[in-house]
Amino acid sequence: MTSNVMQDRYVLIENVNMTFQTKKGSFQALKDINLNIREGEFISIIGHSGCGKSTVLNLIAGLLQPTDGYLFCAGREIAKPGPERAVVFQNHSLLPWLTCFENVYLAVERVFGDKEGQAQLADRTRAALELVGLSHAMEKRPNEISGGMKQRVGIARALAMEPKVLLLDEPFGALDALTRAGLQDELMSIMARSGCTAVMVTHDVDEAVLLSDRIVMMTNGPAATIGEILEVDLPRPRKRLELVEDAGYTHLRSEVLKFLYERHAKKAA
Amino acid sequence: MSVVSFYKEKNMQESQPAAPAATTKPIAAVVTPLSTTAAVATPSLQRRGTWAATAKMAFEWLLPPVIGLIIFGAIWATVSALTQGLPGPVKTWHSAVELFSDPFYINNPNDMGIGWNILNSLKRVATGFALAAIVGIPMGFVIGRYAFMSRMAAPIISLLKPVSPLAWLPIGLLVFKAANPAAIWVIFITAVWPMIINTAVGVSKVPQDYMNVAKVLNLSEWKVVTKILLPYVMPYMMTGVRLSIGAAWLVIVAAEMLTGGVGIGFWVWDEWNNLNVEHIIIAIFIVGIVGLLLEQLLVLVAKRYSYE
Repeated sequence: MTSNVMQDRYVLIENVNMTFQTKKGSFQALKDINLNIREGEFISIIGHSGCGKSTVLNLIAGLLQPTDGYLFCAGREIAKPGPERAVVFQNHSLLPWLTCFENVYLAVERVFGDKEGQAQLADRTRAALELVGLSHAMEKRPNEISGGMKQRVGIARALAMEPKVLLLDEPFGALDALTRAGLQDELMSIMARSGCTAVMVTHDVDEAVLLSDRIVMMTNGPAATIGEILEVDLPRPRKRLELVEDAGYTHLRSEVLKFLYERHAKKAA
Repeated sequence: MSVVSFYKEKNMQESQPAAPAATTKPIAAVVTPLSTTAAVATPSLQRRGTWAATAKMAFEWLLPPVIGLIIFGAIWATVSALTQGLPGPVKTWHSAVELFSDPFYINNPNDMGIGWNILNSLKRVATGFALAAIVGIPMGFVIGRYAFMSRMAAPIISLLKPVSPLAWLPIGLLVFKAANPAAIWVIFITAVWPMIINTAVGVSKVPQDYMNVAKVLNLSEWKVVTKILLPYVMPYMMTGVRLSIGAAWLVIVAAEMLTGGVGIGFWVWDEWNNLNVEHIIIAIFIVGIVGLLLEQLLVLVAKRYSYE
């Protein structure tokens, strides 16, 4: 592959099917998923709950293996989880017996421990926590800080690994609206600086439009697949308040809403 | 802190609803057990005087156990007055004072002070218990971590766990050809099951989220054990250790009765042969108090190593 093609197909998902074996028999979660993600692109995957959007993310993370089809990252097949694909978990998944510093350090040590000394590793850890504005809470344990701060530590842990792809599984889903807006703005500026590729699972339409370069909209499960892909051509840097009255933004927002609530409305369970 | 564990649990339950009420109704703080009450006393409570608070606390938390003990003593005294040969509390007390005035004498290997007997029993329990921890905790980790090992061990554990540890004594005597290692062997068997099972349960309950973190960070097996499994499993392990020490201390008395030698169990049997009933009753109290202290000690250790 030439480097140009590599950049256009940085993460490549080809004809992926995913079937789970459950106690009630087999369940096909995903059918014929095909997606190319460009290097440096921010992709959102949106859909109703149970449509398998987290499954797509777990496949890219390598936590799951597809029943059929292939996934590639930077030209190599994804066989297992690896530090070049960092995950920010929905429920932060910090280890409660470690301080914020130690939680991040655990990741830093694993990725850079072979090449760098303890002082350098500690510097990296501090820098990552500083990036998310948590220098003051480094020695606190996760149960001593707020939900928003925990999620920041989760983001710091992922970013500290200097991943090629950042995978975010409903990262702000459990937060209140104000905290969520603040963290979205921070994430946008961090992503602009790092230039890292990102895939985010969300069910929040505004979040998807605000952050993404493209929005992948999924049909309802079982056997969910990609319904449509929406290009978000709003110029960056994006400002939340300016966008509210922007015609382009409103149009994109209504496109996503129409997809979710007209063409692929989910019957109330 | 009240010593008897079931009292403690009761205190916990009652103190929880009392704690939030303390902000609105200061007087409710009085029912909070433990001596910390004085430190958290609200201003209005201080006006009323800490003496009144202390008195009320003493009344509510000291009086019931004292009454319980008095009733117990009264029943004992009544039964002993009606029964031939069963000594009452007063006679037993005098005998105990005499016994403990010289706990560490050695007349000959078969006639040693009560202190030596207790220490020898504790030594056997400690040895058997330590061996059980060395074997049981790693086994629990392996069984909890790998489904194959769990399925492999399941029939053996299910079959052997309900067997009275004393049934293993003849095997111990046969293999070790001596009484002391056989008694330690019995303690080992007693203590090893709770350690294996509780550790394995803890390991198998580690949340998938933490294991996903381990996978995404690509942590080495050593890091997974030391940074994730061990801290998570510690409270489970401590429960196993606590159950083990209680059971081991129960069993040592019976084991020593059968094996002989110096130890609290054999001492009871010896005093039965001497028909010294006061000493048997004293031994019952000693076993109870030592068992209680062992358990309280491990509760403290467990608190020290809990991450919450």
